[in-house]
Amino acid sequence: MKKRTVRSIPQQRTPVRELDPVVRSRNFEEVNCGYDEQEALLESQRCLFCPEPKCIAGCPVNINIPAFIEKIGAKDYRGAYDVITGTNLLPAVCGRVCPQENQCEGVCVVGETLEPVAIGRLERFVGDLAIANGWVNRPYIEPTDFKVGVVGSGPAGMACAADMAKAGCEVTVFEAFHEAGGVLRYGIPDFRLPNSVVDAEIDKLRELGVKFEVNTLVGRLFTIEQMLDELGFSAVFIGTGAGYPALLGIPGDSLNGVLSANELLTRCNLMKARDFPNVDTPLPLGKHVVVVGAGNTAMDALRVTKRLGAESVACVYRRSKTECPARAEEVHHAEQEGIEFHWLTNPVEVIDDGSGSVAAIRCIRMELGEPDDSGRRRPVPVPGSEFEIETDQVVFAIGTNANPIIGQTSKLKLNKWGYLETDANLMTSIAGVFAGGDIVTGAATVIEAMGAGRRAARSMKRYLGLREAIEEPSSETIFGIDAREHNFVRVKAA
Amino acid sequence: MNEFHSDFEIVAREDFSDVTFMLEVRHPMMARAAKPGQFVIVTSHPDGERIPLTIADFDAARGTITLVIQAVGKTTLEMKETCRVGTHLYGLAGPMGIPSHLGNSKKVICVGGGLGVAPVYPQARALKESGAYVIGVLGFRTKDLIFWDEKFRNICDELIVCTDDGSAGLHGFVTDGIRKALEVHDDIDEVVAIGPPMMMKACCDATREAGIKTMVSLNPIMVDGTGMCGGCRVKVGEIVKFACVDGPDFDGHQVDFDDLMVRLRRYKEEEAAATKRWSETCRMTQV
Ligand SMILES: Cc1cc2nc3c(=O)[nH]c(=O)nc-3n(C[C@H](O)[C@H](O)[C@H](O)COP(=O)(O)OP(=O)(O)OC[C@H]3O[C@@H](n4cnc5c(N)ncnc54)[C@H](O)[C@@H]3O)c2cc1C
Ligand SMILES: Cc1cc2nc3c(=O)[nH]c(=O)nc-3n(C[C@H](O)[C@H](O)[C@H](O)COP(=O)(O)OP(=O)(O)OC[C@H]3O[C@@H](n4cnc5c(N)ncnc54)[C@H](O)[C@@H]3O)c2cc1C
Ligand code: SF4
Ligand code: SF4
Ligand code: FES
Repeated sequence: MKKRTVRSIPQQRTPVRELDPVVRSRNFEEVNCGYDEQEALLESQRCLFCPEPKCIAGCPVNINIPAFIEKIGAKDYRGAYDVITGTNLLPAVCGRVCPQENQCEGVCVVGETLEPVAIGRLERFVGDLAIANGWVNRPYIEPTDFKVGVVGSGPAGMACAADMAKAGCEVTVFEAFHEAGGVLRYGIPDFRLPNSVVDAEIDKLRELGVKFEVNTLVGRLFTIEQMLDELGFSAVFIGTGAGYPALLGIPGDSLNGVLSANELLTRCNLMKARDFPNVDTPLPLGKHVVVVGAGNTAMDALRVTKRLGAESVACVYRRSKTECPARAEEVHHAEQEGIEFHWLTNPVEVIDDGSGSVAAIRCIRMELGEPDDSGRRRPVPVPGSEFEIETDQVVFAIGTNANPIIGQTSKLKLNKWGYLETDANLMTSIAGVFAGGDIVTGAATVIEAMGAGRRAARSMKRYLGLREAIEEPSSETIFGIDAREHNFVRVKAA
Repeated sequence: MNEFHSDFEIVAREDFSDVTFMLEVRHPMMARAAKPGQFVIVTSHPDGERIPLTIADFDAARGTITLVIQAVGKTTLEMKETCRVGTHLYGLAGPMGIPSHLGNSKKVICVGGGLGVAPVYPQARALKESGAYVIGVLGFRTKDLIFWDEKFRNICDELIVCTDDGSAGLHGFVTDGIRKALEVHDDIDEVVAIGPPMMMKACCDATREAGIKTMVSLNPIMVDGTGMCGGCRVKVGEIVKFACVDGPDFDGHQVDFDDLMVRLRRYKEEEAAATKRWSETCRMTQV
């Protein structure tokens, strides 16, 4: 193949089709339609196959990005899937929800002059093909006698469960909710990540022999210590997520009509309250909604309330757009859908309508002052700039704190913020108990949680004395198959 | 079936009145884990709501837990129709919440108002087993609604049953029962009160002056029951707590009951609509 250069590749990033903002802001269909084959092939032409690819280092699980893009270019989609699933269990999920601009695409060399290669969209293309065609990479599993328990069925738990199942352990995942998936299920709405994609990924785990026990609140139904001492688990992984929404902490924040984004999204996504009264869970719906915060959770809350039919939806955030933590694509989509943004604005009080419900929110304008510890310029209030926004529903999405249940019910050591303390191998203070994901780091990303689940699995295997099939990624190929994947057999699911 | 798994089969049912019924559900592991003061979240069918219900009794030997339910809205009215012996609940998660702290109180009044009679039972029993002198005060609107008085008589040293209309026992509210007990005993260490928020508030007012520690069990609207949504937040001594993971038991003298009562009205319209719709379709299928 002729060597590609920034000049020789297609200069424009292949656009992705999206639903019309006016139409989509009234339904829950997926906004981003994804690439079709032609579009994926075209975009695959934009990768330079760098000898020292920066993108791989930018991905928290180090997917061999140029290798899978090369396979797409050769129309070997199954091969591309094999490369990706060598490190990432959930391509259809991560291709959709990774903050690529801060990860793989953020460091792509093409991005220095042009728009970076659309790595996420290509990954999703492959992930969706795999689901559509029922591709599963079922490894030759040599059973061991070990029983492994996984607490929490979010991305961290799923990734750890998959690796331990592949290592031949009998894995059971315990989930407090009545459905598995963690934030992927109850938090991220369908128009961004359809539930069918989450279901498909969970089914793949079942194919590997992973058992799911829902309706199981670990800590209270049985403790972590009991899992090891009485229930016969050789090792345990805890991936219970962050949860426990932080409160506004301003006057009026317990009024009716003030609720957390977690509550709103759980009612809407998991409990399907948007179909109320066909389902039983009611959904609080305001006419004029204000969401406080500007992370992914806030964007989801904004766009969900818009779709549910709120007349006006506004975002209030104390820093400026540049500092906002949400994925750039989500902010862009929200703007297209007609959501108002009040940047550099901080709420100071929620005002009572006289009967215990919300009438308005009083805010103050902010300006950026000196940089703080995180290097971001600290917002400071502008004296005398207070104003009110009329609203009947205030949703707060200003972060989460550690969920207390595991701490309350075990002797596991916590750090001063209440998150689980782990060593470099992700082992907690109890031997054989590992932890990872949001419950260790605080709220982060899907791919980081998965990465942690996989790292914990690696340590767990060492702890159990299980041999790692092949430790280091290599570029060797045997009969055209990546060497580190020679231990699986390709099957087509029925 | 493995040791974790239960199909949540309903093994017994008893109707106490037109609106109150008891279900005994199989869940061997929960029957072993449950402690007084804890609750479960029930989902009766796949499109159902997650509703919190107190574990009113548990029996490790039988492998069951007992729920006592008052039919007040869509979900509970529907459960009254559909939950028959041999049927299964769709979801049952728990035990949730911090178990009641059974300190070293020597003499305790356990107050149950209406449906609160059921959840106070395991606490009364545990107190009795720990050697305390237990005075039960049970309040009902009228004679026909009385239940579990025998069950209480077996574990209480004294029992005062009150009815609002005087049709049985003491004519008056539970607060009158508390006052009556306090007249005889000047050495009460603790009062445990469970019932409607209004009643718990009144009980706290009745004991505040005498400075008797009063524990209440709060029942805000819940979704997950695992500390994730913040829907169950309550104000306790100006601090916001999540009843599902920080409670549900709190020091009643610190609780802001007015705030709780306002918040319980949050979904009033939607609840009324759901109940109305349900009873209409229900009537249609009966015709
Ligand atoms: C609304 C929203 C949008 C987001 N959008 C993005 C995005 O676009 N991109 C991105 O990369 N990240 C996003 N994130 C962040 C990302 O979802 C999380 O970082 C990630 O899901 C963390 O994974 P986890 O496995 O640690 O925990 P979670 O996904 O939180 O899963 C934990 C699971 O454990 C269960 N559990 C908790 N306690 C117990 C217990 N005691 N017993 C049994 N089960 C228990 C919980 O019910 C839950 O299902 C978003 C988060 C939210 C809330
Ligand atoms: C920790 C806890 C323990 C509980 N234990 C029991 C119990 O043992 N037995 C029992 O019958 N009920 C109990 N409840 C209350 C029970 O959860 C509600 O009655 C039930 O959710 C009502 O659902 P519904 O759809 O039938 O009625 P809805 O139509 O949702 O509500 C009907 C009426 O009930 C009120 N209501 C709704 N949710 C609650 C709530 N959480 N608490 C109090 N009132 C509510 C509404 O304000 C409304 O007036 C408990 C609640 C909590 C939080
Ligand atoms: S998993 Fe996420 S960060 Fe890694 S390559 Fe895929 S989209 Fe990029
Ligand atoms: S950095 Fe960009 S151009 Fe280079 S290999 Fe990675 S995706 Fe391709
Ligand atoms: S019920 Fe959701 S936090 Fe308590």
